[in-house]
Amino acid sequence: MRAIIGSAALALAMAPAWAQESQFADYQKRTAEASPVELFELIGEDLWKKKQGPNNVSLERCDLGKGPGVLKGAHAALPRYFKDTDRVMDTETRILHCMMTLQGRSREEALKRPFGDASQPSEMEYLSAYVAGHSRGFKMTPGTKHPKEKAAYELGKKLFTVRTGLWDFSCTSCHGTEGKRIRMSELPVLSDPKAARPLMATWPAYRVSNSTFKTMQWRINNCYRQMRTPEPVWGSETVNAMNMFLTVTAQGATYRGPGTKR
Amino acid sequence: MTKNWMLGAGLALLVVPPLAVAEPSDREVQQVMKRDFRAKGQAGMDRLQQDGAQRICTATDNKPPAALAKQMEADQLKSIVYPSGSLMGDWKSGAKIAWGGRGMQWHEDPKKPADGGCYNCHEMSPQRTSAGTIGPSLRGFGKTRGNGMEMQRYVYGKIYNAKAYNLCSEMPRFGHTGSLTEQQMKDLTAYLLDPTSPVNQ
Repeated sequence: MRAIIGSAALALAMAPAWAQESQFADYQKRTAEASPVELFELIGEDLWKKKQGPNNVSLERCDLGKGPGVLKGAHAALPRYFKDTDRVMDTETRILHCMMTLQGRSREEALKRPFGDASQPSEMEYLSAYVAGHSRGFKMTPGTKHPKEKAAYELGKKLFTVRTGLWDFSCTSCHGTEGKRIRMSELPVLSDPKAARPLMATWPAYRVSNSTFKTMQWRINNCYRQMRTPEPVWGSETVNAMNMFLTVTAQGATYRGPGTKR
Repeated sequence: MTKNWMLGAGLALLVVPPLAVAEPSDREVQQVMKRDFRAKGQAGMDRLQQDGAQRICTATDNKPPAALAKQMEADQLKSIVYPSGSLMGDWKSGAKIAWGGRGMQWHEDPKKPADGGCYNCHEMSPQRTSAGTIGPSLRGFGKTRGNGMEMQRYVYGKIYNAKAYNLCSEMPRFGHTGSLTEQQMKDLTAYLLDPTSPVNQ
C-alpha cells in the first residue's frame, strides 16, 4: 500500500507542475494514441519529394541548417540564423525559402494558402509534419549564439509583454500567471521553461478542436487574432522572434512531436 | 598622459566582449510591429497604435507608479458616457452577451454585434460551469452589493472602461473601444445586478 502511494506521489512529482491537476491530461494522452499525425507525415513526404514549381524539382535538396537534404534533427535545431538570407528562420519559414529558391516558386504562390482546414490541410502543414517528424528524440537546440539569434530572442521576449490591439491584451494577459484558464482551457505560462518545454516539444501538432494539423506560424497568428490586432505577416520577423523566444525558453527538452493537442 | 590614456582606451577596446545584444526599446518594438502586421477585415493597423495606458502598462510591466496611475485612471473615467436613467437592461439578453465569445476579430462580420466574452475570464452564473479564471469570480455579484444607482454606475463604468478603475487591468474597454453598444452594456449590468438574474441565485 505504502509503495503504491509512494509511486503515485513520485509520478505526480514527475509530471509538469501545471499539468498535475489537469483534468485533461488523461484525455490528451488518449487522443494522442489515436492521432492521425502519421498520415500527415506520410502525405508530407510525398509533397517533399514531388517535383514542382517552374524549376520542376523536389525539396529534397533543401538545407534546413544541417546541410542540403539533411532532415535528421533539423527541426529541433530551429529557429536559427541562416547566412544565405542573413536572418533568423524557423522550420516553416525555411521551407518557404526552399520552395522559392529550389523550386523557383513565388512567395505569393507558395503562400496562397498557408493555413488549411479540416477538409483541405495546406501544403505547408503537411510538409512541416514530415520535417518535424525527423527530429523525434532530438534535444531542442535553437540558435543562441549569433547576434541576430540573440536579437530575435530579445525581440520575442519583449513582444510577449507588449499591450496592444483593440482590447489591450499582451501574451501575458493569458500566459503570464500560473493556474489560470480561459473557459476550461488551461493556460501555460510560456515564459516558464517547465511549461514551455512539453508544449514546444510537441509543435507542430494535430489539433483536435480544429480537426486538422496546425503549425507554430498558425498558433502565433491565431493568438494575435484573438488579441484583436491586425494580422502578423506569415514568416515575418515578429512571428519568428516569438517562436525563437518560446523555443529558447523550452530548449533542452527532447522533441517528441508532431503532437496531438486539444 | 594623453598617450597613456589612448593606450588604455585601445586595450579596453581589445577586451570588449563580442557584441552584447541589447533588449529592443518599446519604440523599436512598435516599429517592428508596424512593419510586420497588415490590416485585415475589420482589424485595421490603427489597432497597433498604443495609447497612453497601453504604453505605460507595457513600459512598467503593468506596475505604474501610483500617482501616475491615479491621474491616468481619472482621465480614463472621463471617457465614460453614461446614458440617462436606469442602467439596468434585460438580464436575459445580458446572459447571451456574457456567454458569447465572438466579435471584433479580423475574420468576423463587423455588422454583427460583438459579444462580451465575460465567461472567458469570469465565473458568473452557477449554471454555467465552463468559466475562466483570469478575472475574479462574479458569482452572486449583485446579491452582496445591491443594485442602487451608484452600483449600477460602477458596473456600467467598469464594463465601459475597466482602465478607469485599474489602469493596467487585463479587461478590455468595451464601451471605450466601441465593442459593445450602450444597450448591450446595460443588459450586462442587469445580468450582474438584477436580483432575478441567475448570477444572483
